[in-house]
Amino acid sequence: MDVDEVPQEGNRTMGGHRRAMYARDKDGRMVIVPSRGGEVDETVTLQALERIDELAAAARERVLAGRTSPLEYWMYARRLDLSQLSQVTGFWQWRIRRHFHPQRFARLSTAILQRYADVMGIGVEQLRRLP
Amino acid sequence: MKATTGTEFRHRHAAHCESGVAASLLTHHGVPISEAMAFGLSSAMAFAYLPFVKFAGFPLIAYRMPPRHILKGMARPFGMRFRFETFRDPAAGMRRLDELLAQGRVVGAQTSPFWLPYFPEDMRFHFNAHNLIVYGKQGDEYLISDPVAEDPQRCAGDALQRARFAKGLMAPKGLLYYPESIGCNEVTADAVRRAIRKTVRTMLGPVPIVGVRGIRMLAKRVAKLDPADRLSLNYAGHIVRMQEEIGTGGAGFRFLYAAFLQEAAHVTGIAELAALSERMNEVGDGWREFALQAARMIKGRDAFDPGKLARMLHGQAEREREFFRALKRAVA
Repeated sequence: MDVDEVPQEGNRTMGGHRRAMYARDKDGRMVIVPSRGGEVDETVTLQALERIDELAAAARERVLAGRTSPLEYWMYARRLDLSQLSQVTGFWQWRIRRHFHPQRFARLSTAILQRYADVMGIGVEQLRRLP
Repeated sequence: MKATTGTEFRHRHAAHCESGVAASLLTHHGVPISEAMAFGLSSAMAFAYLPFVKFAGFPLIAYRMPPRHILKGMARPFGMRFRFETFRDPAAGMRRLDELLAQGRVVGAQTSPFWLPYFPEDMRFHFNAHNLIVYGKQGDEYLISDPVAEDPQRCAGDALQRARFAKGLMAPKGLLYYPESIGCNEVTADAVRRAIRKTVRTMLGPVPIVGVRGIRMLAKRVAKLDPADRLSLNYAGHIVRMQEEIGTGGAGFRFLYAAFLQEAAHVTGIAELAALSERMNEVGDGWREFALQAARMIKGRDAFDPGKLARMLHGQAEREREFFRALKRAVA
C-alpha cells in the first residue's frame, strides 16, 4: 500500500479517531500514516453491529410477547452473547437459559441480578425491564 | 527501574496495541525501537484459524500470535525481564497502580476496551486483551497512552478499574507490567535473523490450522458457505473485521511486517530483505483486495460468491508460501 492509498474517506464507526497504518512513501520507506478509515472497514463493523442490534430487537419482541426475560434483551444490548455472558458471570449457559424464562426471572434474587447487572454495567432496576 | 532517558514519557501512535506498548516502554527505558521492530523481533506475525474458539459466534481468525507474545518476545533480544503482576482484589490492583505511578514508573496494563470511555462507542466490544500504558495520574484521572489512539487519553479511576478487571475469556485480572531490568539496548543482527527464522517456521509449519495451511483451511471453509444463508455474509464480514479492524493497522499485520523487514535489512546488512519487504507489501495489498471484494458482496454490489472468496484466499496462501520460502533462503 502506498501512502496515497491509505483510506481517508472516513468511517463513521471510528468517532473521528484516526488509526495508524503502515504504507510506503515516495522514497519507498514504510511509514506510519494516520487513517480516517474507509468504506471496507466501516462496512464490516456496521455489519457486526447490525447483527447485534437485530438480535436485541428480536429479543425485545419476545420479551413483549412474554416468551423471554429482559435479561436476554440486555445481554445483546450490552454486546454479549450466551457464551460470553456465561464466561463473564461464571454461570453455566443452561442456567442463564433458565433465567430467560420470564417467571423464573421474576423470582431471581437480587444477588444474582446484581451479578448480571455488574458485568453489563447497568443497574439492577434497569435489568428488570426493557428500556 | 526508572526511565534512563531522563525525559518525560512520550506518547506514540501505533497500528497495534501490544507492539505499540512494547516499543513505547522500551523506548522510554533507553532502548529506542520502533513498533515494527518490536513486532518483528518477537516473531508476532502469523495466521491461525481456530474453529473451536468462538468469537461472537464465529471462529477466531488471528493474523498474529496470541496476546503477551510480543511482550515476552522482548526478553531474549534485549536480555530483559518484564515484571507481570495480577490481582485478585480490584481495589488492591488500583492501589498498586497508584504506588507504581508514585515511584515515577510508566506501567503497561491489560484491559477490555468495552469499559474504556474514550473509545468510540461503535468500537467498544468485549475483548479482554487490549494493552495500554498508564503514565500518570491527575486527581482521579489516569493519564493513558493508548497506542491505537492518536493522542494521549484520560480515564476516570472507576472506568479503568472495570476495564482492568473485566471478566471472561483471557480475563486481564488487573495485569500490570513494567521492565525490571534491561541487559542490552540495541538490536543485533543475530536476534533479527533468529526472529525471522521463527516466523518462517510458524508460517510454513505442519499444524493444519496455523500459517499457510491455516489460510488454506479457512479457504476450504469459506468455499462451503451456503449463499442462501444470511449469516454466511456475516462470516465473510467477520474474516475481514479480524483482518482490518481488530487492532491490526490493516491487511492482517502484513504492512507492519513489511516495515519490520525494511529495518531488518539495515540491521543485518542483507539487502535481499529490502526486496522482500516490497513483496510483503504486495501480499498485504492482496489481503486488502480480498477485504474489498468481501465488502462489495456484503453491500450487495456484487453477488455473494463464496467460491470466489475462497479462490482469493487460496491465492493468498500461495503468495505467502512462496514469500516465506524466499524469506527462509534470505536468512539461511
